[in-house]
Amino acid sequence: MFSRSDDVSFIPGQPVTAVVQRIEIQKLRQGDHLILGFSIGGGIDQDPGQNPFSEDKSDKGIYVTRVSQGGPGEVAGLMMGDKIMQVNGWDMTMVTHDQARKRLTKKNEEVVRLLVTRKSLEEAVRHSMM
Amino acid sequence: MPSRDMDNESQYSGYSYKSSHSRGSRKHKRDKHRSKSRDGSSRGDKSVTIQAPGEPLLDAESTRGDDRDDNWGETTTVVTGTSVDSVSNEDLTRVSKDLDESTPLECKRFLGPVLGCCLSLFALVTPLAFLVLPQVLWRDALDPCGTPCEGLYVSLAFKLLVLLISSWALFFRPPRATLPRFFVFRCLLMVLVFLFVASYWLFYGVRVLEPRERDYRGIVEYAASLVDALLFIQYLALVLLEVRHLQPAFCLKVVRTTDGASRFYNIGHLSIQRAAVWVLDRYYSDFTVYNPALVNLPKSILSKKMTGFKVYSLDENTTNNSTGQSRAMIAAAARRRDNSHNEFYYEEADYDRRVRKRKSRLVVAVEEAFTHIKRLHEDEVASSPKHPREVMDPREAAQAIFAPMARAMQKYLRTTKQQPFHSMDSILTHLQFCITHNMTPKAFLERYLTPGPTVQYQRENGRGRQWTLVSEEPVTTALRQGLVFSLRRPDFSLVVTVTPLPFLRLGEEYIDPKSHKFVMRLQSETSV
Repeated sequence: MFSRSDDVSFIPGQPVTAVVQRIEIQKLRQGDHLILGFSIGGGIDQDPGQNPFSEDKSDKGIYVTRVSQGGPGEVAGLMMGDKIMQVNGWDMTMVTHDQARKRLTKKNEEVVRLLVTRKSLEEAVRHSMM
Repeated sequence: MPSRDMDNESQYSGYSYKSSHSRGSRKHKRDKHRSKSRDGSSRGDKSVTIQAPGEPLLDAESTRGDDRDDNWGETTTVVTGTSVDSVSNEDLTRVSKDLDESTPLECKRFLGPVLGCCLSLFALVTPLAFLVLPQVLWRDALDPCGTPCEGLYVSLAFKLLVLLISSWALFFRPPRATLPRFFVFRCLLMVLVFLFVASYWLFYGVRVLEPRERDYRGIVEYAASLVDALLFIQYLALVLLEVRHLQPAFCLKVVRTTDGASRFYNIGHLSIQRAAVWVLDRYYSDFTVYNPALVNLPKSILSKKMTGFKVYSLDENTTNNSTGQSRAMIAAAARRRDNSHNEFYYEEADYDRRVRKRKSRLVVAVEEAFTHIKRLHEDEVASSPKHPREVMDPREAAQAIFAPMARAMQKYLRTTKQQPFHSMDSILTHLQFCITHNMTPKAFLERYLTPGPTVQYQRENGRGRQWTLVSEEPVTTALRQGLVFSLRRPDFSLVVTVTPLPFLRLGEEYIDPKSHKFVMRLQSETSV
């Protein structure tokens, strides 16, 4: 389900609106771990200027930096460069890198439901409006 | 080659339209005769031109001047050069400059210092006179004065010695400049000293000489108090004349009008005339020498700009087209002018290349010339019968090696238009000097490759340099913001602008040495 969007950049004090896509990922068991098959970067304790995927270089959100081939993430439709907005209802726009990692790798959860956003979504919505 | 000196005049000319009172007319010199002759010659053109009438476009027309004699006088301007009997303007300026040089030294220059000298001698002798006169005149009637007086004598002697030495150190110097108006502080101090000493003499005459005072100790104390007062006046003089202007308060911008060479100087609280002297002191060692040949754009570029269009109308009525013609002329002239910057650019590049070529030839020639001689040490054998070597003194050595480099040097100087500053003789003298002091060829050439400060080219001259201070305010006013004055010479002038130095508000920020901490810029990637 697509929601109405303006832009993804962050204005302090203002609510962030974005077009998001729901992605449901089934974790894959590999030995003792449950893996999701992608890598994340970013966080409020990281340096946002080095993020190659963000449009606004002060954006400290969590971004998908790599999606492994054939992994659960790719299967569910996750793409490289996506910004993760929510994980199972938990907000991911204002978390540290380690907090994000912990929210994604909870041992007792088999499924994670993400809200991700990317630029192409916004354009798709605009095209569909016209 | 005859060398042409820029500055070889004598003293400062007077400039003041208001009369200044009283003592010492030394400040009030005004040499009308000299300034007039200089003005007359400075206004004339230094260069001689023959201006051909019209432009290439109309050359055909103008050479047929015989046919239209009535119009010929109006449109042509011909200035003839020097003939055998006539005297050109250049000669006039040179003659007037020579005249100034040969006039005797003006006595007014030394009037002030002599006056000051007399006054200070008078002041120094006074305490001794106070002591000596009673002894001479009524020795028998004086009360005997024992140890206290001797103590006073000693202190008096030492104070006088200190006064003498410090006066000599501070004030007895040959005057460096003569100012157009009174040097206010100096006059003030001299008046003060005079009044002081005179009043002491007055009291002395009334209280001591008249009634033949017997208390000798009182007289000695009186003399000692005079010496103390003189010491304090000298302290005041030190502060007013030497110390007050040391703390910088203003920034002066000095610009030379002919070629735009400019400098900024920091200066303290001074009057305009003193600031002018200060600036000129620095002018002689900071500013590169004024070279009139380098000032203008080459004639080849300018002459094309100066020619304009002449529009001829072929039909009979000319009244309607007059404005159109002038507009067309202006437009055409504006378009024509667009090309001259191009030419200027290429001329400059060409000139640079020529200078560099000549310079490289000169450097090589000088290096080779210097290899021909070497210094003979005392213990070396001077000559052997098989290879007799002539031992030369520096002058001969210089002459020996000068020949191969002379041509390259002359060409280089000509290209950089420096040849008026260096005569063959001066180059030889400089070469001799360099050889004597074991200088390398590069050190020898340093004098010619870059134009040096003006003081390097001055002839030793006791007459001094003549500058005119041009100012809208009276020249004894103190410097303040926005003041502009200029210092003029026949060839150029220096325009000085005064701006105050900004008031500085200095704040403080303490940094704990332990507070310098750093973190790495993180960009971690975690796989989940």
